[in-house]
Amino acid sequence: MQLTIQEVEHIAELAKLDLSDEEKELFREQLSSILDYAAMLQGVETGDIPPTASVLPERSVLRQDVVQEPLKPETVLQNVFAAHQKEQQFKVPLVMGNGQ
Amino acid sequence: MSSLTDLSATQALHLLQEGEISSLELTQAYLDRIQQLEPQIEAFITLTPELALEQAKSADRLRKNNTKEDLPALLGLPIAVKDVLALADVRCTCGSHMLENFIPPYTATSVQRLVHAGVVVLGKTNTDEFAMGSSTENSAYQTTHNPWNLDHVPGGSSGGSAAAVSAGMAPIALGSDTGGSVRQPASFCGVTGLKPTYGRVSRFGLIAYGSSLDSVGLFSHSAADLALIFEHIAGLDPRDATSMDMPVPLIDLDTNSDLSGVRIGVPKEYFITGIQAEVEQKVLAAIQQFKALGAKIVEISLPHTEYALPVYYLIATAEASANLARFDGVRFGYSAEAASLWERFKQSRGTGFGPEVKRRIMLGTYALSAGYYDAYYGQAQKVRTLIKRDFEQAFEQVDAIATPVAPTTAFKIGEHSNDPLAMYLEDIFTLPTNLAGVPGLAFPVGFDQQGLPIGMQFMGPHFKEEVLIKLVHAYQNTTDWHHLKPDI
Repeated sequence: MQLTIQEVEHIAELAKLDLSDEEKELFREQLSSILDYAAMLQGVETGDIPPTASVLPERSVLRQDVVQEPLKPETVLQNVFAAHQKEQQFKVPLVMGNGQ
Repeated sequence: MSSLTDLSATQALHLLQEGEISSLELTQAYLDRIQQLEPQIEAFITLTPELALEQAKSADRLRKNNTKEDLPALLGLPIAVKDVLALADVRCTCGSHMLENFIPPYTATSVQRLVHAGVVVLGKTNTDEFAMGSSTENSAYQTTHNPWNLDHVPGGSSGGSAAAVSAGMAPIALGSDTGGSVRQPASFCGVTGLKPTYGRVSRFGLIAYGSSLDSVGLFSHSAADLALIFEHIAGLDPRDATSMDMPVPLIDLDTNSDLSGVRIGVPKEYFITGIQAEVEQKVLAAIQQFKALGAKIVEISLPHTEYALPVYYLIATAEASANLARFDGVRFGYSAEAASLWERFKQSRGTGFGPEVKRRIMLGTYALSAGYYDAYYGQAQKVRTLIKRDFEQAFEQVDAIATPVAPTTAFKIGEHSNDPLAMYLEDIFTLPTNLAGVPGLAFPVGFDQQGLPIGMQFMGPHFKEEVLIKLVHAYQNTTDWHHLKPDI
């Protein structure tokens, strides 16, 4: 199967990846060829076979609800650019609307 | 004794315990060896000599002031750590520009347990970006060179750890294995490498790639050295809900190599057209050696083997696309200046990630997207069940399964750079293990005509690492391949 550039752009939008025109063309070719290879799975009879999400036995993992020492705010922010934090908070561009 | 860095971990630990050498001498010998070889090998992204010397001095003080019984088991033994495992206050890059300046605030459980057992950390080793690759060529920093031939790759993604142990720059190294990333580089570099059962070793602090497949693993020169370290990293961790509360055996290795009563399965699907002839010959010769030691060799079938590659590349990339969504340029990692939040996400990720990571995020996003989920991701999960059942049925007949680790020996740097599918095919013999969650152990069984190492793999039932380690120990008691070291 051959992906189109529009399909590649749609996937990149879902994945929130800024791609150059060269990358879009390269990924269009490479993903098409990988998906062609993966098409062999379509021929496998899996009618009543359950999916495996984890190889571990299904079980519930619980712990005591005990308050633990959290990371210090300055530790949490130690990997954030100075310009992207303010008063011990993460600073991001406007998310919704125009601020009015 | 020619040099301290020629000692096995077991020998070095013995000399430390007897007071014949100090941890400071041993650590300094490794740091000197690293300084001498690193320009050629490029195994490390970050070296931690100050931390190592401080830990070594502290280990020596502790040993001087306490009786043997009260000392941590691995006190003073140096190790290297793959740069996808967090060590508090030491940068952790994952081989990516995205995390070029990332300083983790905590330490991975596997690393913490070894530190608690007294080890000395020499540095953080090179990896394909976010552990995605089979050669370390996808690292944003450097390509590690194979110590047996510098023009060849060390394998990957844990190629830095494998090369470091192979070249005598560390006696033990931690790695991670999502589709073969410990076993394939172990094979390419002629060392012994263990991928434990999924759930055996905590993944806490291992920066996630494919969460249902990721395992923390080990490199060393022998099964005996693996046995020494393994018990210290294994076991339940409340911080990883997928770690299992299973008893961790203290592996007692006697020198008796009689394998009478052991059944070894040889699956015909792993000896196929396209495999390098010397690889097949050496692996079959090693299987004959196990037969000579008394093991019964049984031909078996794992009929869904050919589907493992597409299943893996749909499931691993789907999980990666979700796991790597956390790199949004807000809380950590590279952050672009942009006018809107969506633009900041896209530009931070577009610039911070390298080509292979973007390719896998794209593939995984596609496999999970509306209209394609059932056909790709859903179908891959069902075929994964069939692959897992293949192993369950095989382990009703045999105790372990013997195969090659990879279809070829180490390829040349650049050989597969432009063909992702050809690179993915290097992993066909290691991927099924991760899909089934079973343990795998790679060890050297000879060389090809170019002088490059050939590796064999044992796979075993869930939580039966001990069986694999004992089998390989019996082989290594009666052969010398694991003693041979590159001439560098």
